[in-house]
Amino acid sequence: MITRKQWTTISEFLIETTIRICGISAIIFVFGIFFFVFREGAGFLFSKWEPLKFFFSTEWYPTSVSNKRYGILAIIAGTASVTVIAMTIAVPFGLGAAIFISEFCTGKLKEFLKILIEFLAAIPSVVWGFIGLMVMNPLIIDLFRVPIGLTALNGGIILSLMAIPIIVSISEDALKAVPDSYREAAIALGITKWQMVYRVLMPAAKNGLLAAVLLGVGRAVGETMAVLLATGHAVQIPGSPLDSVRTLTATIAAELGEAPVGSDHYQVLFVIGIFLFTITFVINLTAYLIVKGIRVQHGES
Amino acid sequence: MVAEKPKIQINGLAVSYGTKPALKGLSLDIHDHEILGIIGPAQSGKTTLLKVINRTIDYISSAKVQGTVTFEGESVLETKDVHSLRRKIGMVSPLPVGLPLSIYDNVAFAPRAAGIRDRKKLDPLVERCLQQAALWDEVKDRLSSLGTKLSGGQQQRLTIARALSHEPEVLCLDEFSIAIDPVTTMRIEDVLKELKEHMTIVLVTNLVQQARRLADRTAFIWNGDLIELDDTDVIFSDAAKDQRTKDYVNGVFG
Amino acid sequence: MFEETPHIRQKLRVETTAKSLFLLMTVFIIIPLVLIVTYMIYKASPVLSLDFLLSKPIRGMRDGGIWPAFLGTLYLVLMSLCIAAPVGVMAAIYLNEYAKDNWLTRTVNLAVINLAGVPSIVHALFGLGAFVIFAGIGRSILAAALTLAVMTLPVIITSTKESLAAVPMSFREACWNVGATRWQTIRGIVLPNSVSGMLTGFILEVSRAAGETAPIMFTGAVFYKAIQEGDLFAYGLLDQCMALSMHLFTISTQVPDVPEALPYATAVVLLSTVLAVNALSIGLRVYIRSRKKW
Repeated sequence: MITRKQWTTISEFLIETTIRICGISAIIFVFGIFFFVFREGAGFLFSKWEPLKFFFSTEWYPTSVSNKRYGILAIIAGTASVTVIAMTIAVPFGLGAAIFISEFCTGKLKEFLKILIEFLAAIPSVVWGFIGLMVMNPLIIDLFRVPIGLTALNGGIILSLMAIPIIVSISEDALKAVPDSYREAAIALGITKWQMVYRVLMPAAKNGLLAAVLLGVGRAVGETMAVLLATGHAVQIPGSPLDSVRTLTATIAAELGEAPVGSDHYQVLFVIGIFLFTITFVINLTAYLIVKGIRVQHGES
Repeated sequence: MVAEKPKIQINGLAVSYGTKPALKGLSLDIHDHEILGIIGPAQSGKTTLLKVINRTIDYISSAKVQGTVTFEGESVLETKDVHSLRRKIGMVSPLPVGLPLSIYDNVAFAPRAAGIRDRKKLDPLVERCLQQAALWDEVKDRLSSLGTKLSGGQQQRLTIARALSHEPEVLCLDEFSIAIDPVTTMRIEDVLKELKEHMTIVLVTNLVQQARRLADRTAFIWNGDLIELDDTDVIFSDAAKDQRTKDYVNGVFG
Repeated sequence: MFEETPHIRQKLRVETTAKSLFLLMTVFIIIPLVLIVTYMIYKASPVLSLDFLLSKPIRGMRDGGIWPAFLGTLYLVLMSLCIAAPVGVMAAIYLNEYAKDNWLTRTVNLAVINLAGVPSIVHALFGLGAFVIFAGIGRSILAAALTLAVMTLPVIITSTKESLAAVPMSFREACWNVGATRWQTIRGIVLPNSVSGMLTGFILEVSRAAGETAPIMFTGAVFYKAIQEGDLFAYGLLDQCMALSMHLFTISTQVPDVPEALPYATAVVLLSTVLAVNALSIGLRVYIRSRKKW
């Protein structure tokens, strides 16, 4: 017979073990993601992969009958171009909105704006893509007198709207983390609020703001459905924002369904996946380290 | 002074948080059925001492503990069954903590955790504890209302009632009067005098006069060291051996 | 005595300009949201009705409703929640209640952040490689729900951790002091007082999972699948299913000659589902804040 006390000890042990296993599940999944994506792409990576051609050739002909070529330079350029356009818009607007929400408004208005930003963040990426396809496309055709509106500019604008909520909420957190004593001290010196923001808050919160921008970049690089629908799907190095492009994510999404499982083409798409995973991993790691840096600086435990 | 086998024996106890020492090789005995007053300035290691006695120091991951502590001859630091140990020691924290449960459930929490679920056993137990803590008359009609909605003084007595609910042999109070008014403080002090009949009481206090009123013996701890431990009468007289003790009880510092 | 000098006046002008600029920026972010939603509802209005929601697509998805897609999304979301919620809650309990401040904990925290930042298409590759191919589940609701669960796990972990951390430390200490075990403390005090906060996280997970397309594209969602109208149990665990997000993608890019109102109406249904769920979570949060027990 087990006594009550033993039973308590045993169940406590079982529960703790389960909790500990679930506790490290996040690590397991991150490794799992890397492992399984790597596993599917490994065959190509170790036998036929030529890094130089892969990264520095613009020739992406995965389905050519005679001469299959897997160069992703043009696709990288596509991702880079939409990301740059998105950030050019999202960084100033995101930071501006964060400063406005955090420092220039209070009470109900602040709550209301924060909720709206949350709603903006909640819009599914396929809906954004749909907006790019159906709303922005004719708009760009009309405004710039181009034959097709599915361009880097279109994707960039859509992506900026998707990245802004992240930038706003993380920047706002960073500004909120600046101790109020800084604000009081600055105001007591008789400077205006804008000077306080510019001279005191921004320097004090600069790491958090940087992390916010980085996470925005991460979001833009990794976004799939929106750019798949909005950028026009042309593998080329864009000469202007009004050229159609194709991103890394969109390439996988568009071609994985047609590539036979286990074929070179299929494996190359997984190699691109590894590449994407690595980029976002580095971006997130950097942002994490920067944010941790702030904690140490402000003396939090 | 009664020559008895000590209830709790502390020997060369050193505790540090990371690199910061909190207790530096402190030794003292706690006798059965006495009120031991522990006085000393803030940050002198009084709370740490209590945390070691009931092993809740385990939950502070940066803490390193050395030395020996025995409870009735059994090693506190090595015992496997910390939960039973904690039930033998009642602990009252500086700030009143009403758990967000009903008043009844607050007091019944510990017995339930120990496996008593029978309402017939719980009811009289809850009543007895609340009476011992001098709270029964004020709350007997609203046992099902939230413990957190009571006033500070009431919550502190609720905390004491909860600490009594697992029938401890030692009751430790950590600056219990810090957040409550003087009238309630006096009431609780009366409660403690009565409880002394049933158990040993360790009274950590920042009020020197409180130790003088209640304690049989008083220990003066300063900067992680035991400076002096003697009968309360001695500590509060010119007979105190250490100059620092005299200075502290006379309000020269601290 | 306190007269404005030209210098001060100029500074104040800068201040006003800056403030208006920031206001303008904020407004410029909000405007598209409002405009787009209004425009979409306007475009969708010809077909938007309860009938649209409850009937199945006909004539090669060029007419009819979205019932199979709506039901599929419901299945995927609920199942992913059933998988992610227990794991996520326990992971959060570990991080907030058990974990010491050491390298393992820091690694877990870093992993949670990274998991949240992995692109959805990489999650799709993972789901395909791990669940569909390696585990041999095949393209199915189960595989897609598992993929969604892994993807949304960080949402649940983060929000649960926050709501656990909001329970004051003194409550835990009080429980430990009376001899309650760690788990008794968590079960008796910590969980009951953070459950509503957790609920907010679950709802957010639902909103996130409902909108995702890429992770389910290759793991379980299909362009078209005929099911009985109004049948709530039309899909099996190992069936493939339609999904709202996927359906929107399909009819706006893959099928030619779809009447314009149809994709708009699908988008509006998807958008309003997600926003309604989100609003629910915000409402719950406000409600919790209004009635704290301590």
